[in-house]
Amino acid sequence: MIRNICAAAILVLSGSIPAFAQSPEVSGDRVQAAIKASWPNQPPEWQSRLEQDETMRLCSQYRNDPPSDVAEAIMARERSNIKYPADGKLMGDWKKGEKLAQSGYGRRFTDYPPRRENGGNCYACHQLAKEEVSFGTLGPSLLEYGKIREFSEADVKAVYERIYNPQAFQACANMPRLGANGHLTIEQIKDLVAYVMSPDSPVNK
Amino acid sequence: MKPVRIRDFVPLLAPLLLMLAAAPGLAQETVDSEKAIEQYRQMLKEDPWSNPAMLDVDRGEQLWKTPRGPKSVSLEGCDLGKGPGVLEGAFAELPRYFSDADRVMDLEARIVWCMEKLQGFDRKELVTKPYPKGGSPTKDIGAIATFVAYQSNGLKISPKLEHAKEKEALALGEALFFRRQGPMDFSCATCHADKGKRIRLQNLPYLSDPSEARKVVGEWPAYRVSSSHVMTMQHRIYDCFWQMRLPEVELGSDVPVALTMYLAKMAEGGEISAPGLKR
Repeated sequence: MIRNICAAAILVLSGSIPAFAQSPEVSGDRVQAAIKASWPNQPPEWQSRLEQDETMRLCSQYRNDPPSDVAEAIMARERSNIKYPADGKLMGDWKKGEKLAQSGYGRRFTDYPPRRENGGNCYACHQLAKEEVSFGTLGPSLLEYGKIREFSEADVKAVYERIYNPQAFQACANMPRLGANGHLTIEQIKDLVAYVMSPDSPVNK
Repeated sequence: MKPVRIRDFVPLLAPLLLMLAAAPGLAQETVDSEKAIEQYRQMLKEDPWSNPAMLDVDRGEQLWKTPRGPKSVSLEGCDLGKGPGVLEGAFAELPRYFSDADRVMDLEARIVWCMEKLQGFDRKELVTKPYPKGGSPTKDIGAIATFVAYQSNGLKISPKLEHAKEKEALALGEALFFRRQGPMDFSCATCHADKGKRIRLQNLPYLSDPSEARKVVGEWPAYRVSSSHVMTMQHRIYDCFWQMRLPEVELGSDVPVALTMYLAKMAEGGEISAPGLKR
């Protein structure tokens, strides 16, 4: 706690972030100029993808390892933008969820005009059902995730929130904020929750 | 440069490459094709001429030496950093600062510069749709890059980093490597800042770790079996940005050049074994 206060005091006094947390010889303006020169004349929708929100900016600055006060502020902000289904039901159709977990389609520059719905691409980074052996390891294994947690209501809610916005739980998590960033809809997230948490899902068999 | 005449051998390679490129629908096939590629890499060490990318070394050499463009001159007067026309070892020291352009350039940015200034090609045309579709051969810039890179084969990656703008490019590249952006919140570090990780079954190099960067950075440009053409470093980075859901980055622009500088620094001392072979 005292350390945090000291760090905050240094921040205020120096008026900038600690030297260890930023690249030593390049300014934010230089980064902006390079980006502008490298993606010239972008239409607004694409231009906005090159801009950072406050969370991205802080996570970049601290290389995904923010000090605890910054981390807490990020988690609080990210938690506040989670939206829930109007009817309160957090589980959809695990079969649809399975298709979404397999699909990496959506929002790449070759994906326009859209030919199908955006995917969640969960298997790129996570193990899920045991029969799917082509899984990545950037994220933790989710094999039998629901079964291990005895399919509890609390975990259903936590999984929904983690897919919607993982940074509500872990500041600067590698995982995309799939709901908060508008990549997946609430209905799609419900289907993924069912894939992870339903007793009938192959993830839990 | 020794003339390359391996076209006659290519039909012999086709069945093996077809096997390697088989659709990775089943995980076992992917694992098997990884193994097959590893065996093939071993074969390449014994017989480098069996890499299909050598066709592009050959084609690149012809493109380098032939008078072309509105001014009908060859690229033999192109200064890649070690003096006009000096090819040997030039790639090993790129990216570097060029005073005539007053900016840091990597190999491909410099080739574009020479094609524009010496041969009179239109820069805008050169950087528009500069990469091949899957199954099509690499375009002229890629073939020339492959030829030039080959002239540094066996040398160590050794960026100079003497000029202030070279140091700035490194710092910029490092900042960009960790910069999160786009609808998936990705940075380069999302996939390339930890050991032993995979996307699906594809191993990911830990590029901010010199011991891993030294093993892989020097393999580019590389023949990519899954798309059956040579892929350059600029193309590789462009493809990462595609996956990150960012717009199409311009060939030879500041961002990919700075990232290439960062990779060159991380891989400093690693051996150049270009053109390499990738999945």
